[in-house]
Amino acid sequence: MFGNLDTTVLQQIWWIIDSLVGSLFLFLIFVQGGQTLLGQLGKTSMEKSLIINSLGRKWELTFTTLVLFGGALFAAFPKFYATSFGGAYWVWILILFTFVIQAVSYEFRKKPGNFLGEKVYEIFLFINGSVGILLIGAAVGTFFTGSNFTLNEYNLVFWTNPLRGLEAAFSLFNLSLGLFLVFNARILGAMYLINNIDFSGYEAMEKRTRRAVLVNLLCALPFLLYVLGSLLFMDGFGVDPKTGVVSMVSGKYLSNLLAMPLVLIFLLLGIVLVLWGVVTTALRGKNSGIWFGGLGTVLVGLTVFFIAGFNNTAFYPSKADLQSSLTIYNASSSHYTLTAMSYVALIIPLVLAYIVYVWRLMDSKKITESELMGTQADEMY
Amino acid sequence: MVEQMDLSMVNWARAQFAMTAMYHWIFVPLTLGLSFLIAFFESIYVKTGNEEWKKVAKFWMILFGINFAIGVATGIILEFEFGTNWSNYSWMVGDIFGAPLAVEGIVAFFLEATFFAVMFFGWDRVSKKFHLFSTWMVAIGSNLSALWILVANGWMQFPTGMAFNPDTARFEMQDFWAVLFSPVAIGKFTHTTSSGFLYASLFVISISSWYLLKKRHVQMARKSILVASVFGLLSSGYVAFTGDEAAYNNARKQPMKLAAFEGLYEGQRSAGLVAAGIMNPNKKVNDGQSPFLFEVRIPGLLSLLANRSPGTFVPGIKDLVYGNEKEGVMGAEEKIVKGREAVKQLALYKQAKKAGDSVAAQTALDRFNQNQDYLGFGYLKSPEEAVPPVSTTFYAFHIMVILGGLFPVIFLLYLAFALKDTLVHQKWLLFLGLISVFLGFVAGQCGWVVAEVGRQPWAIQDLLPVSVARSNLTVGAVQTTFFMFLAIFTILLIAEIKIMLKQIQIGPEGR
Repeated sequence: MFGNLDTTVLQQIWWIIDSLVGSLFLFLIFVQGGQTLLGQLGKTSMEKSLIINSLGRKWELTFTTLVLFGGALFAAFPKFYATSFGGAYWVWILILFTFVIQAVSYEFRKKPGNFLGEKVYEIFLFINGSVGILLIGAAVGTFFTGSNFTLNEYNLVFWTNPLRGLEAAFSLFNLSLGLFLVFNARILGAMYLINNIDFSGYEAMEKRTRRAVLVNLLCALPFLLYVLGSLLFMDGFGVDPKTGVVSMVSGKYLSNLLAMPLVLIFLLLGIVLVLWGVVTTALRGKNSGIWFGGLGTVLVGLTVFFIAGFNNTAFYPSKADLQSSLTIYNASSSHYTLTAMSYVALIIPLVLAYIVYVWRLMDSKKITESELMGTQADEMY
Repeated sequence: MVEQMDLSMVNWARAQFAMTAMYHWIFVPLTLGLSFLIAFFESIYVKTGNEEWKKVAKFWMILFGINFAIGVATGIILEFEFGTNWSNYSWMVGDIFGAPLAVEGIVAFFLEATFFAVMFFGWDRVSKKFHLFSTWMVAIGSNLSALWILVANGWMQFPTGMAFNPDTARFEMQDFWAVLFSPVAIGKFTHTTSSGFLYASLFVISISSWYLLKKRHVQMARKSILVASVFGLLSSGYVAFTGDEAAYNNARKQPMKLAAFEGLYEGQRSAGLVAAGIMNPNKKVNDGQSPFLFEVRIPGLLSLLANRSPGTFVPGIKDLVYGNEKEGVMGAEEKIVKGREAVKQLALYKQAKKAGDSVAAQTALDRFNQNQDYLGFGYLKSPEEAVPPVSTTFYAFHIMVILGGLFPVIFLLYLAFALKDTLVHQKWLLFLGLISVFLGFVAGQCGWVVAEVGRQPWAIQDLLPVSVARSNLTVGAVQTTFFMFLAIFTILLIAEIKIMLKQIQIGPEGR
């Protein structure tokens, strides 16, 4: 089946799959967004416990999606994996570090004898949700602003900036994208908590949470507008499909959007859905905003990845040497590997199905104060 | 290609990977084995309806959860270190190596992550049977993830199912099934997971023994010991069987590793196995000195282990470095000549392609193809560089084997006294059981030392030395991240141990 497909088609399929995994990750970072809201929304120990136990049942899904995103990029686009991780060293190391300290924090925070104390684990969670997501946003921003690397004839990467990737965070565009991601994660986090916690007896906390949805939208909007405005007018890294030569093309990403109307629809629909999620949660008192916001985020995420990789565009461009830039065609695995991986990917719908099934099963009852104080209290986070 | 390589950076990168892997392997074997033990306990509870078994399952689940989190934390660093510290490796073999990692994510990690939440927080949210199903899914998911990462590791030890593409200067997959079902990959998976089962069984026995010595939670401890001793006994038998298989594979695919872990410098027919020995620290490959200051050998056993035939020849380090024409062993010395020719012809091929000279390109390619099996040797500076650290590999192997022989005896004794219901009176055994978890830890770490130190200097056996596999980073950058990760892993380990000890002290009461 897949073996008969042209390599180009397989490369495009795998860019779509990686984009989908990456976009789902951008939705699932509601966990990280929620972590940054812990001190703001949880005023008492029980309020914090409600938040932590709500997020704590999902953190591994987010974490696993990040790991899969890395693994899928490694398998499908190994030159990107090698170039970016081996080149933009410090930015990736810092991102990973924030995920290491997150991984233990839910489990260790409340456990007796936890060595560092509850507060330190809460700070770990905040760092992961803020610095980690900001840097991920900055790293994604380099898909459009470019990075400082060259590749030699054996594809060894040489980074030309001593900050080894951290310089990405000093670009206004990358920084704005990072901050937008942080605030969007906070919007999603607050909407998820509204959906997942039974606020009976905690009405003030519910009010704070609904308000946080709106406040964080207002914080996110300037950065979103700046990123969108820049994207529409900035020069982009175009690739000549015949020669493979990379050159700067004015209005490249706008032309990508216009050349792919479906992606343009994704973008507009995505933004509308996020806004509707906010409105319905903050102003209409509904609990379902997370689903609109989540789907909207996935659609906006797909837009970002599609306009970076499709329509003869270099998705990991080099500012230092345009011809070292990576495209989904020159960075990919072989036809055989992409084919084998495509067969494996057939299992993804099944994976999604059981995740949705278990999610619904587990969340059919909201998290309550009594659950955290009941006979199983010492088993909770 | 390697002119600018900084070997001290390579060594720091190796140290960092080794350190991360060793920390990771403190937690992962417990996850592999404890997940199944919990599934057994819960299955008995569901089958019998006896609440005591539920209490047993829930107690071990608490310890499992504490351990699981830190295993995840160290695991993510391992995956991404391939990119950060070994980017040339990632490019050269990402086509093959990346695939199992991606499959691991799709097939295994989500199974673990999804059902983990049900296992821990679903007692009152899902039915009893669905909860049991979830517990089994976590166990299966954990062990499936081990399958894929060990397939990837097995491929590094025995590269198969692939071909070198001279145009892209990288290896590309040709046969997915050959990679998945390579005897080394399967051997790695079975040996490693069963050692995890063994280690987890020791963990349960150790803590239960402490309870019996303290006369606390006696019923829970006895129940736990009964199941763990059976599981441990079966696992230790399987570890021995797969260990023997691993040695047989080593003799075929990685003879240098076999020679190193046996300290065998001069190849022999009817080679003896060193039962115990102290290595000569001044020994060099070709200096004529005895490799041992003291040794006890079992005649013919190494030949039997390596070739399943006692009279056969087992090549020594010297044979593998300088060759042994009589026994048909090609040495690293000769392979380096061929490897350098492969490197030279690859460069000529690329030059000719760039210049558009197809005749010269084809000539270079033909010559490259004749020597490509030795490509990696072309980057070695001397034949002696093909020798791994012998003493480290030797001691690690022998400690592992000696402890591996002790564990089934421990399990058998526990099982026998548990069945006779006289375990509480065997104080000496309970003390032995108490410390056995540390012995299991040492054996597991030694196993990885044998596997990884014993295959140096190769990132991919015979094809890619670590000096070429690494990223283009400064020593300072890798040193900094080494100490950064060392500090955080150590802090988290201290936290985990303190939490775990506290939970053990609290015990299952009130749960």
